[in-house]
Amino acid sequence: MSALPRAHELGLIGCHVCGLVCRDTQIADAACPRCGSALHRRKPNSCARTWALLIAAFILYIPANLLPIMRTVSLGDVDDNTILSGVIELWVKGSPDLAVIVFTASIVVPMMKFLVIGTLLLSVRHCGTTWARTQRAKLYRLVEFIGYWSMLDVFVVSLLTALVQFGFFSQVEPLPGVVYFGLTVVLTMLASMSFDPRLIWDCKDEDD
Amino acid sequence: MNLPSSPRGQVNPALTSTLLICEHCDTVYRRRPLARGDVARCTRCHAVLERHQRIGLDAMLALVAGVMVVFVQANVWPIITLSLNGEQIRTRLWGIIAMMWQEHSQVVAVLAAATLFFFPLCKMLTLGWLLIFARAGRRAPGFKSLMVLLHYIGPWTMSEVFVLGVLVSIVKAHLYFDVTPDAGVYAYAVLAIFITIFSGIDVRRFWELLPEEAS
Ligand SMILES: [Zn+2]
Repeated sequence: MSALPRAHELGLIGCHVCGLVCRDTQIADAACPRCGSALHRRKPNSCARTWALLIAAFILYIPANLLPIMRTVSLGDVDDNTILSGVIELWVKGSPDLAVIVFTASIVVPMMKFLVIGTLLLSVRHCGTTWARTQRAKLYRLVEFIGYWSMLDVFVVSLLTALVQFGFFSQVEPLPGVVYFGLTVVLTMLASMSFDPRLIWDCKDEDD
Repeated sequence: MNLPSSPRGQVNPALTSTLLICEHCDTVYRRRPLARGDVARCTRCHAVLERHQRIGLDAMLALVAGVMVVFVQANVWPIITLSLNGEQIRTRLWGIIAMMWQEHSQVVAVLAAATLFFFPLCKMLTLGWLLIFARAGRRAPGFKSLMVLLHYIGPWTMSEVFVLGVLVSIVKAHLYFDVTPDAGVYAYAVLAIFITIFSGIDVRRFWELLPEEAS
């Protein structure tokens, strides 16, 4: 056994909600004596749930990118913007640094979440692998930490729409893409929350 | 480690104050006292186990009160002013939400209302309520369920993202109109800073700080 004992080896179980260290009594529906939440050795059905949420998010991400998210009507000129064309417009006419921020928030971050969570899920199948464990654990924390910044474009579209709702010559209107995008963000957040990072370290041949 | 054995069939807390489990990899540690500015990290996965809490209960309550004031301002003051042909249009957060609900997309309206208004408000009110009683060394009524609630709404407050969103909107709208940030944005920026400070505070310590009353 390695120098660092893990909870299941000591017959302990940590509450997911309040962090209390409890004895693992093997009861099926044990509850945390402190906060009353259900105690689980690992998040229940972590892999299946995370896969389901991740796939649903990915399916919604396709229309989110293909459909326009915003229509601007300026002096009779109708212009439908997708997420990407909005970034390009911001780059060309506005400020390149903000374009980079929007590009990161609405394209790089969601893509990274799909890749990272997908990789994590594949790597913990069966008994898991010892490959790059620390790095995978770090990637998971990064993805959890930056995930919600993807809401940026949803707020931008809402704000711009509200600004010009009394439209004089010009008009801004949100299009369905933004709804799909908002739902994608929520689903990817739920996916990273339902993944249990402890699975990364659940492997029989511990050699650290 | 020899822990006292417990009778089967019931769950006992095991040496609450001395043991600590890493939430990311399930490694068990003995708690050690942290000095000022110390951060305990898991040696296996490098996740943060515990931070030294330098903010006391009084300071936290003051912080919550400050946040509530700023929160009201952020919602009452207009966020952006748009000038066009000598006319000015101002918009507030609730103007945006109501407009999205009525005319465009209810999904987006719900997302914005929840992440920018209801969840942050809920979090602050809950914290304030818990803190008022905590200062007297007591658990507030509804302590258990409120602590669980705090755990679940934590990741769903997005005021920081909104501040950046306002910035991007202003630059984008500049292509067509004359837009200027309004007082509400600055209130939101302050709110974002407060929320960042709060995210460094582990409210879970209330569980140990305030022991359950015998009643
Ligand atoms: Zn760890």
